[in-house]
Order: sequence, then structure tokens, then C-alpha cells
Amino acid sequence: MEVFDHLMQGFAIALQPLNLGLVIFGCALGLFIGAMPGLGSVNGVAILLPMTFLVPPTGAIIFLAAIYYGAMYGGAISSIMLGIPGASTAVATTFDGRPMALQGLADKALITAATASFIGGTISVVLFTLFAPPLAAVALAFGSAEEFALMMLAFATFIGLGGDDIPKTLFSIFIGLVFSAVGLDIISGQPRLVFGDIPGFLHGINFLVLAIGIYGIGEMLWTIESSKGDVKISQATVTVRRIIDDLRTLKDTFKSIVMGSILGYFVGILPAAGATPGSLMAYGVAKTISKHPETFGKGNPEGVAAPESANNAASTGSMLPMLTLGIPGSPTTAILLGGMVIWGLEPGPMLFIEHQEFVWGLIASLYVANVFSLLINVGFIPVFIWVLRLPFTILAPIIFVLCIVGGYAPTQDMHDVWLILIFGVVGYLMRKLEYPLAPAVLAIVLGPLAETSMRQALLISNGSFMVFFERPISGPIMAAAIVLFLLPIIKLVKDKFRTRAAGN
Amino acid sequence: MRKAELVMALVMGLFSAYLMWKSAELPIGWIPEEGPGGGAFPFWLATGMLVCCLWIIARWFKRSSTVAASTDQYMDAATLRLFLLVAGALTVMIGLIHIVGVYVSIPLFMVFYMRYMGGHHWLPTGVIAVMTPIVAFFFFEISLRITLPKGMTEPLFYPLYDIFF
Repeated sequence: MEVFDHLMQGFAIALQPLNLGLVIFGCALGLFIGAMPGLGSVNGVAILLPMTFLVPPTGAIIFLAAIYYGAMYGGAISSIMLGIPGASTAVATTFDGRPMALQGLADKALITAATASFIGGTISVVLFTLFAPPLAAVALAFGSAEEFALMMLAFATFIGLGGDDIPKTLFSIFIGLVFSAVGLDIISGQPRLVFGDIPGFLHGINFLVLAIGIYGIGEMLWTIESSKGDVKISQATVTVRRIIDDLRTLKDTFKSIVMGSILGYFVGILPAAGATPGSLMAYGVAKTISKHPETFGKGNPEGVAAPESANNAASTGSMLPMLTLGIPGSPTTAILLGGMVIWGLEPGPMLFIEHQEFVWGLIASLYVANVFSLLINVGFIPVFIWVLRLPFTILAPIIFVLCIVGGYAPTQDMHDVWLILIFGVVGYLMRKLEYPLAPAVLAIVLGPLAETSMRQALLISNGSFMVFFERPISGPIMAAAIVLFLLPIIKLVKDKFRTRAAGN
Repeated sequence: MRKAELVMALVMGLFSAYLMWKSAELPIGWIPEEGPGGGAFPFWLATGMLVCCLWIIARWFKRSSTVAASTDQYMDAATLRLFLLVAGALTVMIGLIHIVGVYVSIPLFMVFYMRYMGGHHWLPTGVIAVMTPIVAFFFFEISLRITLPKGMTEPLFYPLYDIFF
């Protein structure tokens, strides 16, 4: 049991007073950052990274990993209580979490999210501990064709399983991808799509700008309209008895949680994907395997459990290639990787040999972070419900201000704030016409990766698109994506035949 | 609803065409030894956007989608007024950030929203309008070290910088 010995050594490091304190502080801060619309784990980690130079490298990375974890829990809080994802990773949680809160089941949704996050986190950390070397070898075999195929699969889930209007869904994917191409061309370095020669477009359109615009400003405008200035406040009572009852009914969602954990973990490992597509895919799969798929989107606890277990599992999964191969599995781990290089901890296979204490201390801290995130999250549920009880005319301006200031913080450019306003207003007007907007947000996140992997693959194949179908791993993924793309068309044709047959 | 659907599809169609034209500033074809040109990816995606808009317009004529067949009003007068008020207030707030900075424009916006839109009393309005910028200052400027734009009010913060930094 060499692994067990290493893990025990790791706990000895993670439970040192300073490191333990950093884990608890990081989890609490992460929960808050995750819950704030506009600030996600990636902002929190990026912004706080310079401040961690106050503590030793092991403590610093443990602190940042705890923020990452806490933010994954916290994202669900605003998804459920406000209907605004606290981070892109919690987009899928709004689909059922918000309807549950509106039905007065906010406490149940929050408990489901917290427990699913905890189970997802724990399952994935155990997987991480046991199977790190062989799984890293699988991810290593992925080339650009496979990355691109995987992203096609993510988009295809929107078409095949989204259930929204097809041309509008496609439009949403395309516009997100085009916005992701704004800025400097990744290969030639030439400026591209710099509208009106405004210099603000040179650094591209950050996905957060679109996300805050759509899910912050746009969502608020939507809520103001649907409530005519005063939101219907859901009654949510939290007592120990209710929490116990909520926990008891959780076993119904157990299948979704385990599925989400495993799916999320594996999606998280892949360098191109991460917690956002992982949670969206888990939602799609949970809906497909459910006996009552029609209740999804209307407040099914499984629709909260699946993405929440998946995003926590994916955040652990994304650390695996970062630590073992030096390839970040998500934007947040990319920043962690940058920090590790500064601290002289060069990630890669050698890290496990040269800095054993650091690696196992970090892994053990993930177990600890999981426990504390759960405790803080559940312990503070009354605080989150108090937020919902605030009159909407007080909450709305505070959220608007958070969106504006939170949108300014990452790039510190007023240009982005104006874009947030434009995206918010246009997004709201489009949403009224039933344009789904989540695909655009996913597309702008995946866009740069999709373009790079496609161009690399095409360069290797000398322009032949067959490269995506011929390779043993990308072939089946592409086939699955095509089936998903065609699913609604097949359904449409079938329905037409049926109505025609019925007419005759 | 029908009019809005058509206008949105037309506007987005025009925007797609603009994106195609803008993408074509970079090579959109195959460059030997280099792969697809820098403009190829956005160009073909913008083409996809245009096709989707044409598809939506075609269905508008056939009235074959739920929105295109809907007879509901897109926005009634009360909704439009509310939308213009909120969007207008946001625009003014962001515009004022350039001139007087966040620490003046945010309280103004909050007072307008809570007092005028929400009809709250002066006490809660005042407390929240004053507390929000103070919390923002400590969270962003002190703990995260992000300088928020202050416009012409910048000199007023010099003594504060001396205390905290």
C-alpha cells in the first residue's frame, strides 16, 4: 500500500496548522467568490495568486486549490438562489436549481448541490489518488483531432439534447465561436475582427464579458420584466428536520451523482474540456437516462445533482494532467500551473519524484477542502436564503453593481464594461425571442481551443477533414457527435410522417 | 412578436454579413505549408450565422416556428418603460464612471434605483448606497489590489492610499 503511505504523509502536511487554516480560509473565500455573479474560480485564483507569495509554496497552492474547490460549491448557490450562474461551471445548475428555488425548494436544491459536490469531489479525489499514472497515459494519447472531436460532441449535445429551436441554437453556437475569434489570430498573430479599429478588441472578447452580460445584466432585465420590478420571493424554510428530510430523499439522485462524478472526472482530465462542458454533458446524460426526462428544467433534483457532482469531479480531474503532464485541464489550472513554475515546482512526471511531499500534501488537502466546503456551505444556508428574502429593488442594483465591478476587475478595461452592457441588452432582447444563449457562452469558452485543434489537425492531414474520422479515438467521438446533430432532424421527419399518416 | 422576430433575424443577418466581410480581411483560404488562413475560421462560422438567419426568416414566412406564429405582443408599454429606465440608468452609470469614477456613480445609481424605482425609505437606501462602495473599496482595492476607475475624484483617494499601501 505505497499509495496509502504517501497519502498519510500528505495528510500530515495538509493538517499542519498553517495549511489547515489556509484550506478553511480558501474554501470560505472560494464559496463567496463562486457565489458572486461574474467572479468564478478562475478570477479568484488569478487575482489572489500574487498575494499567496506571503506563504510557502505548498501553502500557497493548497490555498488556491481550496479556492478552486470552494468556488465549485459556491457557483451553485447563485445558480439556485438568483438564477445567475456564479461561474460558467454552474450554468447547468440553473436549469433545474432555479425552478426548484421558485417552487420553494431552495433548501433542497442547495443541500442536493452541496452533497453532490461533496460526493463528486470525494469520488474524483479517490480516483485521482489511485489511478493517476495510467489515466494520464490515456490523456497523453489525445491529439488535436481528438480534442476537436470532443468539442464537436459538446456542441452536438446542445442540438441533440437541448430541445431548443434548432436554427437559433446553431446561431448561438456560431456567434459564440466568432466572438472567441476576435483579437489576435493565434497562428499568424495578425489582428482579427477588430471592430471599428477600437483597441479594446485587440485583447479579444473574454468569455466572462459575454457570460456576465448574458447571465448578469440580461438575466436581471429578464427577471425585472417577468416580475415587473418585484420578484416573487420563494418561501424557503431551513430547519434541522428539513435538512435531514432533504438528505433522506437524496438517495433518488444517487445514480445521477455517481454518473456525474465519473463523467465529470474523465471530461476534466482531457486538456481541451473542463468543468463547464463536463457539467453540461452530465446534465444531458442525466436527462437521457432518467425515467422522467420531461421533469428536467422544471425542478428535478437530479438536474442539480448531476452537473454539481460533475463540476467538482472535473476540477479534480483537470489537475491530473496539470500535475502529471504539465498540460492544464482548465483555465484555472492553467493559472495554477503558472504559479507553480514561479515557485520552482516544475509540473510534469518528475514532480511526483522530486517534490513528493508537495504533491501528496496537495492531494490530501483536496480531501480536507472537500469536507470544509461542505460544512461551510451547509452551515451558511440560512445566510443564502436571507439573500433571496431581500426586496428585489434592493438586490437588483447590488447585482448590477457587482456585474459592472466584477466585469471590470479581470482586465481593468472600461471597454469590457460597455461590452457587458451591450451583450446584456441584446441578449435579453434575443432571449425574449427564444434564442438559447448558453451555447454561445460555451462556444466562446471553447472557441480558441476548437480553432487551434482544428487548424493543427488540418495542417497535419494537409487539409483533409477525414483526419477527424479516421483516427481510432476521434472517429467514434465524431460519429457520436454527428448522431446527436442529426437526432432532431430524424425526429422532425418522423413527426411529419406520423402527422401525414394520421391525416390520411 | 412577429415583427420583432423578423427585425432580429434581419439585424443579425446583416451583422453576420459584416462579420464575413471583416473576417475576409485576413486570408480565408488554404495557405500552402501553413494551413487554413487566419480568417477562415470566423469566415465560415459567420457564413453559418447568415444561413441560420435566412433559415429563421424562411420560417417566419411559413409561420412554422412557435415565435413566428405567435400573436403575443413583444413588449407592452409598461415593460418597454421599465426596460428603458433600467437600461438607461445602467448606461448613465457606466458613462459617469469615466467622468466621476465608481465611487460617485455607483451610489447615484443605487439611490435612483432604490428610492425612485423601488420606493424604499431614505434610511435603507442611504445605508446600502454608502456601504456598497465602501465594501467594494475594501474588497477590490485593499484585498485584491485592483484599482477601480475614479475619474476626476482620484485626488480625494490619495490620503486613503497613504493609509493602506
